[in-house]
Amino acid sequence: MQLTLEFGGGLELLCDSVKIHNVNVDPQNGTEKLIMKDLLSWVRTNLIKERPEMFMKEDSVRPGVLVLVNDCDWELSGQLDTTLEEKDVVVFISTLHGG
Amino acid sequence: MEEADGNGKSMKGRGRLCCICNKRRAALKRPKTLEQICRECFYEVFEEEIHQVIVENQLFKPGERIALGASGGKDSTVLAYVLSELNRRHNYGLDLFLLSVDEGITGYRDDSLETVKRNEIQYGLPLKIVSYKDLYGWTMDEIVKMIGLKNNCTFCGVFRRQALDRGAALLKVDKLATGHNADDIAETVLLNILRGDIARLSRCTSIITGEDGPIPRCKPFKYTYEKEIVMYAYFKRLDYFSTECIYSPNAYRGFVREFIKDLERIRPRAILDIIQSGEDFRISTSTKMPEQGTCERCGYISSQKWCKACVLLEGLNRGLPKLGIGRSRGLSDDRKKGIKENIGTKSIESKQCGTLDF
Ligand SMILES: [Zn+2]
Ligand SMILES: [Zn+2]
Ligand SMILES: [Zn+2]
Repeated sequence: MQLTLEFGGGLELLCDSVKIHNVNVDPQNGTEKLIMKDLLSWVRTNLIKERPEMFMKEDSVRPGVLVLVNDCDWELSGQLDTTLEEKDVVVFISTLHGG
Repeated sequence: MEEADGNGKSMKGRGRLCCICNKRRAALKRPKTLEQICRECFYEVFEEEIHQVIVENQLFKPGERIALGASGGKDSTVLAYVLSELNRRHNYGLDLFLLSVDEGITGYRDDSLETVKRNEIQYGLPLKIVSYKDLYGWTMDEIVKMIGLKNNCTFCGVFRRQALDRGAALLKVDKLATGHNADDIAETVLLNILRGDIARLSRCTSIITGEDGPIPRCKPFKYTYEKEIVMYAYFKRLDYFSTECIYSPNAYRGFVREFIKDLERIRPRAILDIIQSGEDFRISTSTKMPEQGTCERCGYISSQKWCKACVLLEGLNRGLPKLGIGRSRGLSDDRKKGIKENIGTKSIESKQCGTLDF
């Protein structure tokens, strides 16, 4: 499944300072759909090059990191249970850097 | 059948309607109220709440000249954008200026100043930059080379505070507005409790401070959540800089920050409640507020013979950089000992070093 992942607010520094990543991620663990929980662990394994603790805490994003799916707050779509679809745009923004 | 939005993207149950206008798709959940609202309604409530805070607390008077502490970061960028908007919309009659401090940190402040220079053009606000090098003869890079990474935030915090006042005096402004948000203030309340600093605890929630000093400071974002500031900047595509200060040691404050974010995830109201707790503290102890005089050397306000910046500067210039570090005021002697052990995390009124807004 093709997805566009965008990192901002300083998180891009954790993935070689690249802000926008066009990626191909398949549903994980033999299931049919891809949910945010699985996408996060995929991102951690495949895109985050350093200090993963700045991005994740346990199996979710670190508190203070905002997530938007197609420009909509993931708190409205079920957070970790949000189902992703072809060509979705997922944005991660840290609120923790700078003033 | 599933609805689709403008881009033809499926909405998969994300299509809940805004609880204010009931027309458009909700785009975020407000931490303050848990309401689900659309982008347009969000802009409106976000801006109007700040307007209400400004009016109710009489932060500005018509005809005043106001400097906005501008670091290029998210808070000060949104502050500059929203205040110029509200100034027009509600006829505040203010002359707004951007005021930045150049600490002289290569690869950090020079980049963030580029952002401020773009803001100057984008928002049409005149910009004044004051530098540590000009004011004190030292850049932060040079200071760190001399003293190492241990106490550098003491220098940074003291120098920056005074630099902003001097810049404000050069601009002849009546007041300085900073981008401190609700999360920052909750964090400072907890830090002051953790340090037992009751004098600062009662001061740190004030929306206006320093009214007896040369330049009063105010915090229009006192009740504004960091999440909403970042969402606003994102939706409006505002141009801000978000790299951490390379000299920031950040440990103690960092833990408190993280604790607050953890609390917010479970109960977002916690941030406003911590601020409320800070406000409700009243000093009934014998804690003495230091008397204000002026520094014999540079004329800046000071409760001692020399102001803190002059003491630190004297140490630097004499090759004794430890001079002036770890001194505390208004505390009993047994407290002083405890404070000295906390060197390096002292600048508790400021945000973590490298950010301008404090
Ligand atoms: Zn609406
Ligand atoms: Zn002085
Ligand atoms: Zn610093």
